[in-house]
Amino acid sequence: MIELSGVRHRYQDREVLGGIDLRLTERRIGVVGLNGSGKSTFARLLNGLLIPSAGTVTVDGLDTRRDGPKVRRRVGFVFQDPDVQIVMPTVAEDVAFGLRGLPKPEVNAKVKAALAEYGLSGYEDHAAHLLSGGQKQMLAMASITVLNPSTIVFDEPTTLLDLRNRQRIADRIKTMPQDAIVISHDLDLLADFDRVLVIHEGKIVADCLPEAAIEKYVAIAETT
Amino acid sequence: MLGLHHPGHSPLHRSPAGVKLLTLLAVSTVVFFLEDLRILAGGLLLAGSLYAVAGIPWRTAVRQSTAVVPVTLLFMAAQWVLVSWHAAAAIGLRIAVVVLLANLVTLTTPTSDMITAVERALGPLRRFGLRPERVGLAIALTIRFVPVIAEQARLVRQAQRARGVRFSLAFLTPLLVRTLRMADGLGEALDARGWESSAQ
Amino acid sequence: MRSKDLAQIALFAALMVVLGFIPAVELPLAPAPLTSQTVGVLLAGSILGARRGGLALLLFDLLVVVGLPVLPGGRGGLGVILGPTGGFILAWPVAAFVVGLLTERLWHRYNLGTALACNAVGTLTIYAIGIPWSAVVAHLPAWRAIEVSAVYVPGDIIKLIICSVVAVRVRRAYPLIEART
Repeated sequence: MIELSGVRHRYQDREVLGGIDLRLTERRIGVVGLNGSGKSTFARLLNGLLIPSAGTVTVDGLDTRRDGPKVRRRVGFVFQDPDVQIVMPTVAEDVAFGLRGLPKPEVNAKVKAALAEYGLSGYEDHAAHLLSGGQKQMLAMASITVLNPSTIVFDEPTTLLDLRNRQRIADRIKTMPQDAIVISHDLDLLADFDRVLVIHEGKIVADCLPEAAIEKYVAIAETT
Repeated sequence: MLGLHHPGHSPLHRSPAGVKLLTLLAVSTVVFFLEDLRILAGGLLLAGSLYAVAGIPWRTAVRQSTAVVPVTLLFMAAQWVLVSWHAAAAIGLRIAVVVLLANLVTLTTPTSDMITAVERALGPLRRFGLRPERVGLAIALTIRFVPVIAEQARLVRQAQRARGVRFSLAFLTPLLVRTLRMADGLGEALDARGWESSAQ
Repeated sequence: MRSKDLAQIALFAALMVVLGFIPAVELPLAPAPLTSQTVGVLLAGSILGARRGGLALLLFDLLVVVGLPVLPGGRGGLGVILGPTGGFILAWPVAAFVVGLLTERLWHRYNLGTALACNAVGTLTIYAIGIPWSAVVAHLPAWRAIEVSAVYVPGDIIKLIICSVVAVRVRRAYPLIEART
């Protein structure tokens, strides 16, 4: 469970998030908001990539301020741009990256399973940067799930993908066993989620089922 | 150039990365001081035959090595004009031998093995506060960034041409800003993937 | 060190590799290395600062020593370091560090003029280490080594102007250095 209490975040003298108190327990949670509303900052607070200027974020009772590494083992993160999250030159090496220190046979077994799960079997020695956009995003998901997190945060995972790849990622997010918190403009993706938050100008302005949240979001988009 | 692994099971693939790197280091040092064209040509032949041993298709071998051809030709031309054809031939052969062998090492060794070998070699420096695993990661990231920079350079040039700018040095600024932004994103991704920096 | 720093260091080492593919066209007939790579050295110092800039070049030099063909014309290995131009390559991390140090001190007043000054000192640092080295290795008298190296001067002046212009622009678009007083 991820809990935020009294969370504020500012960059220099600009407040991007103000006064957020939330308990996130649902299996599928969506987050929508206009560009610059504070969504990406919100996402990065959830696993300690950012530390809030005020207030606390805890994951299963662990404070992101003190237990960053432990928190990130529980909460994985998939970025919008698949290109920035590939670390190693080849597909298998990239998946194995987070597993350093484990015995080699164990690493190989985990890598194999993760690649199979994400439809990348046979691409082990393929150059990671030469994969298609959709495959790169699959690789990013495989690389994160191999670390066995209980929740994965997605920061606009489908924004840069074509329709077919978007569908693949969307299906995968729906069926994967981990909990998911998905930041997205892609309203279809969030349609059957358990809970959707609407962020506007750094505040949570709606927190409800998808239909009502999307309605609210559309209203905001039309009036601003 | 800093090419990719070509999987296989040849003796070259099976020999440890550290041995291959040390041999490369030794050979490239010796070749640097060789003048005799016959010995250099022999070296080239030997390097070529090692590709056959490793079972690397010639297409892959050529593709790996073409990036250095223009610079090499320039070098040779300069040597020819300023020194002699002999010097030009020697420098051409030297470059060919070293590039072919270095590419052979990269083709037969997974990057992660290469990095482990370097990390091990740097191990003794640990007592001076060096963290070999960081150096290893830095090398991996460097190898990964090379094609990315080349690709971004191509995109920036296209964008400038589309706006009617012919090749200009204005091209370096957007290239740097773009790639720096990517580096920052990658740094964030490293944290997200459990690579913990000492600051935390 | 933050992960971001590590990524930036690797980025500039990679930039050095890419610059190695580009011959420095302004000096097509110079006797020894034709290189655009000094551009990378000065930019590393000017954009990343002393520590990260110096480490980026140290990382690049490590790739050279390991034998990867990352210098122009696919050269690499200890042979190059031991050769007459080795001093220049070893001077690069020092030069990047020096440029970075000056840039950090002048950060609040950083403009084309101060950038040129920083990069000029960096270029001189490379000469100060590289020229004596080549004199020793090639058994040349010092004045002769200076004479031989004089061919680089026009190209290096062009390069340091390019770097200064670019560094000032990048500072405006994406500043990464923290000022030091």
